[in-house]
Amino acid sequence: MSYPSDFKYTKEHEWIRPDGKTATIGITNYAQESLGDIVFVDLPKPGTEITAGKSFGSVESVKAVSDLYAPASGTVTEINNELASAPEKINKDPHGAWIVKITLKSPDELKSLLSAPDYEKFVAEEGGH
Amino acid sequence: MSAVEITSPAIRKTALNAVHRQMGAKMVEFNGWDMPVEYPSAGGIIAEHNAVRTGVGIFDVSHMGDIRLQGRQALHAVQHISMNDASRLAVRQAQYSALLYPQGTFVDDVIVHRIAEDEYLLVINAGTREKDFNWVRDNTRQFDCKVENLSDDFTQIAIQGPKGIDLLQKITDVNLSGVKFYWVTRGEVCGLSGILIARTGYTAEDGFEIYVPASEQVSPVVWNGLLAAGKEFGVLPCGLGARNTLRLEGKLPLYGHEISDTINVWEAGLDRFCRMEKAEFIGREALEKAKAAGRKRTLVGLEMIERGIARDSYKVLDHSRKEIGYITSGSYAPFLKKNIALAYLPPEFGEIGSTVIVEIRGQGVGAQVVPTPFYKRPKKQ
Repeated sequence: MSYPSDFKYTKEHEWIRPDGKTATIGITNYAQESLGDIVFVDLPKPGTEITAGKSFGSVESVKAVSDLYAPASGTVTEINNELASAPEKINKDPHGAWIVKITLKSPDELKSLLSAPDYEKFVAEEGGH
Repeated sequence: MSAVEITSPAIRKTALNAVHRQMGAKMVEFNGWDMPVEYPSAGGIIAEHNAVRTGVGIFDVSHMGDIRLQGRQALHAVQHISMNDASRLAVRQAQYSALLYPQGTFVDDVIVHRIAEDEYLLVINAGTREKDFNWVRDNTRQFDCKVENLSDDFTQIAIQGPKGIDLLQKITDVNLSGVKFYWVTRGEVCGLSGILIARTGYTAEDGFEIYVPASEQVSPVVWNGLLAAGKEFGVLPCGLGARNTLRLEGKLPLYGHEISDTINVWEAGLDRFCRMEKAEFIGREALEKAKAAGRKRTLVGLEMIERGIARDSYKVLDHSRKEIGYITSGSYAPFLKKNIALAYLPPEFGEIGSTVIVEIRGQGVGAQVVPTPFYKRPKKQ
């Protein structure tokens, strides 16, 4: 699965798709592959302030709980309610099944994130051990 | 997202390790062993779990250990170190039992197989192999009986699920329908003669466990033979992930979780496998006292009634937010499609239908006490 070039990525395996002052956040294909079957997503309420690098929720597979780290700071405007009843959508379509939408506090923050080619290189190294 | 991986230099491998890796299994360290947790290309944990509930799955459980007691006083030795009554076993019969400390707490839980007149095989857990062997050897010195650690001799493969019998029957000359649940036999499997076949398992399904030579030449032949013969039944290779969720649905205890060196037999609810009426055994005296004193905690089944998954060691609170116990195992249950858990709670909170709160990452999430086992296999017509 290829990594969309209009997304930015974190080393903690979240993606963010900026759109002006707003952005959409999810987890990457590499993340869903390493987690396995996702059975639960814990989401913040709309209106929650999230901070770059800090946890804003969690994703659980059968075996493991993983924190979701905010790729950028901002305010949650929308959550993907579909994931409450169908968390497996993240396994099936990780780059389409978004988790939250936010208004960005400072769009400049995104500059420090990884581009698609850089992220691909990063996971190739991480996956290869 | 974050993931922590721990690798140890002294990690041990089963004879099927290369086969698992070739099949693209996700490998994890478990009790010092490099084991498959799931086979993503075959479907992953949920698919593996449901294959065992509705069809058949096979597991490499060679990390389990084996202790053989053989000799004139083998029965006396087994009786002394285990809580169930091995004198009730016919030759080729097996029973669930446990090795206890003098305090009535667990060294380990075991399956005792009576292989021959004066020969018993104890199948023990991976994480307690050395401890168990030393315990058995040191506590049976007074008996005329040889104690051997055969843990490295076998590749143990579990064939589990309602179609397990049909699958195994295709590659053995033994008439498997003549082997009842918790009985053992020997026969030819995949052309190998004298293979020990036990109708046992750890999935709350019907199934078999076979013990083949732990050779990297022979073991893969059997494993691949099972996969090939099982195609028509939709067999899946299964990892430790599904093994854990399957045993949890069936409320089968896991050492270090529901049973340990600080939990006694009554608390764990394993009374029916503990034969107080048989002659003396290690732990009996303490258990008698503990019975008279009454249980301070009891193992209960919980079902989450609010959103969240209780995980091992999470705190359990009452409605005034006072801590009353803890979770021993918890997971999404793939067949039941519910979030379930086992917990130690004071007996007054153990009533079916009563509600408690599980503290999940700082949040209180409601749960209800439900009957166990969560899953019981349907009786055959």
